[in-house]
Amino acid sequence: MSKSLSSIIPGQLVRVSFIKDSALKPKLMEMGLVIGKELRVLFKAPFGDPIAIDVHGYVLSLRLDEAGLIEVEDSI
Amino acid sequence: MKIALLGNPNTGKSSVFNMLTGLRQQIGNFPGVTVDKKFGLFSIDKEEHTLIDFPGTYSIYPRSKDEQVVYDVLSNPNHADFPDLIIVVADESNLERNLFLYTQIYDLKIPSILVLNMADIARKKGKTINVEKLQKKFEGSIIIETTARIGLGKDRLIQAIQSKSNNKEYEAFQSNAHLCEVGDLKGQEIEANERYNLIHQLIEEVELEKVQNKESQSNRLDKILVHPIFGYLIFAGILMLIFQFIFAFATYPMDFIDRIFANFSSWLGNTLPEGLFSDLLSQGIVPGIGGVVVFIPQIALLFFFISILEESGYLARVVFIMDRLMRPLGLSGKSVVPLMSSVACAIPGVMATRTISDWKERMITILVAPLMSCSARIPVYTLLIALVIPNEKVLGFINLQGLVLFGLYSLGLIAALLIAVILKMLINSKEKGFLLLELPSYKAPRWGNVGITVWEKVKVFTLNAGKIILAISIVLWAMATFGPSDKMVQAAKATKIEAESLNLGKEEKDRLVASAKLEQSYIGILGKTIEPVIQPLGYDWKIGISLITSFAAREVFVGSLATIYAVQDDGGTNKRLIERLRDEKRSDGKPVYSLASGVSLMIFYVFAMQCMATLAIVKRETKSWKWPLIQMGFMATLAYVGAWITFQLLS
Repeated sequence: MSKSLSSIIPGQLVRVSFIKDSALKPKLMEMGLVIGKELRVLFKAPFGDPIAIDVHGYVLSLRLDEAGLIEVEDSI
Repeated sequence: MKIALLGNPNTGKSSVFNMLTGLRQQIGNFPGVTVDKKFGLFSIDKEEHTLIDFPGTYSIYPRSKDEQVVYDVLSNPNHADFPDLIIVVADESNLERNLFLYTQIYDLKIPSILVLNMADIARKKGKTINVEKLQKKFEGSIIIETTARIGLGKDRLIQAIQSKSNNKEYEAFQSNAHLCEVGDLKGQEIEANERYNLIHQLIEEVELEKVQNKESQSNRLDKILVHPIFGYLIFAGILMLIFQFIFAFATYPMDFIDRIFANFSSWLGNTLPEGLFSDLLSQGIVPGIGGVVVFIPQIALLFFFISILEESGYLARVVFIMDRLMRPLGLSGKSVVPLMSSVACAIPGVMATRTISDWKERMITILVAPLMSCSARIPVYTLLIALVIPNEKVLGFINLQGLVLFGLYSLGLIAALLIAVILKMLINSKEKGFLLLELPSYKAPRWGNVGITVWEKVKVFTLNAGKIILAISIVLWAMATFGPSDKMVQAAKATKIEAESLNLGKEEKDRLVASAKLEQSYIGILGKTIEPVIQPLGYDWKIGISLITSFAAREVFVGSLATIYAVQDDGGTNKRLIERLRDEKRSDGKPVYSLASGVSLMIFYVFAMQCMATLAIVKRETKSWKWPLIQMGFMATLAYVGAWITFQLLS
């Protein structure tokens, strides 16, 4: 079941399944968010936005709007 | 040789730059684009090399206006800045993402060196790379390890630069890749996908051990520093501490500089033979330079602290926790530092907006930054407060004068935020703002890097603001010295005779003559011309003169009043000036400096631009006169209307 990255609670390990088309898509991919990539949501800013995720050893923060472009599924 | 320095943000690119070039750094322009080109010189075996620092990017394809230059230069061998050699700096502890940019460059077949930087952090994270194996995969390039923060690996890097080869006959990393057009997003997406697949396989081969620490130190610190309550408390605490430091410590060198320049110009005035040249030096140029130098301690201190926060990785967390709060105002988390800097001085504040990737958010930040109460307003505020606000206690313990000062600071901040909201609705932008920000791991700041940042900021401030303030001080000096000649001479003579009949001392006589001459000078005439315009605000032409002269820089207001009222500048307390101002009466017998006109003046200075140097920096940063003029316009309107309302309400 694919969900939006913006809805994932901290601590969860997920895998990128789809990235919505937008001008930001190539940028997200270049930063390592390619299909199949394993991510862990680390923590959220005080008002739940932006969020911080672990992308293979580095911490990336993104606004919920941006996280909403990324669909993920549970990582097995 | 022309060498380009490229790399992801937060890879220690600037450490490598500093390691190679030291203080031989300059700022220039890339032809045709609006990005500053930072370059430095260094020589190996008497051969001179130019190292050009490109903006930190994750890819050769541009994702913002600033990044465009990377693509422009690398895709065009005829470009004036096309490099003979590219040094790519990569964070060894995060190789996968860093190799993306590197392999793109490798595939361009431009001679390159891959610098695996931050080897120490990689080892700590348990992510060491087998460099030999990696080198074998990239035969057309040289791969070395450094820890540039502490200067480790410089010899290896220099050796690598010397042994550069021009062999282009190597196999590309991504064999089917070709350079896409900037607009070909689909092609770039396909390339990104494939490239990451290849890199992923490569990493499996070259990464030595993978010991994942359960919870890294950074993660534990983040639990506190981005905490909903402690996060903000800690940030507020750090802010208070920084400003305490700045205001407590900067005053000593500032007073010292003030005194030196004041003494020097009076020494010049007394020593040089009387005449125009002597006047120009002692009343125009020297005080003009003094007016620039006096701000250096504050700016240096502020950037000392900001670059420590930046180097340590904390600043990215500030952006993270402030972003949501700033967004409804049309600002971003990245606006916090520029606005913070503007409390010392708007010039470094405006310069600090470069990190804001979104054009609209950056514009709004630049436009409202000068509304933050800067240090040049303090002399004006303290004089006016001492003049018209009684030194009383409110509710038994709050000092009324302090309360008013606090009020003026708050008013500036509130105005900045409100104007930001309005600008958010007025400025149109097709670009959608985004905040894809790396939160780097925490590390101890390197003092060498901090020092170079401070030096650079002070240099830019001194050169940019310095030129303007100096030029304006000379113009204003000329306007105050010259006037329709016969009238000025007559006024001077008449005052001299009058003063002699009163049996005054030489100094006092000179001051009276100077005051009389000023009244008849061009600037005096200008002051009288604008009197009808500023009368509704409660000001007379003498204040008018001071408003005009302080257009160069706000603090000039105090000195101008001292000249006009022929009071000796006693540097600091202004006791005599205050007494003199209190005696000043209007034609109807009421005091000129009443509560109403005094507070009206304060409000005027909260809002009015009154700083040529800031205008010049805004022009430099926005690359057009449009924005500084708009800015000056709305700030002048706010100042005039605000001062008018204040005066009408209080009188």
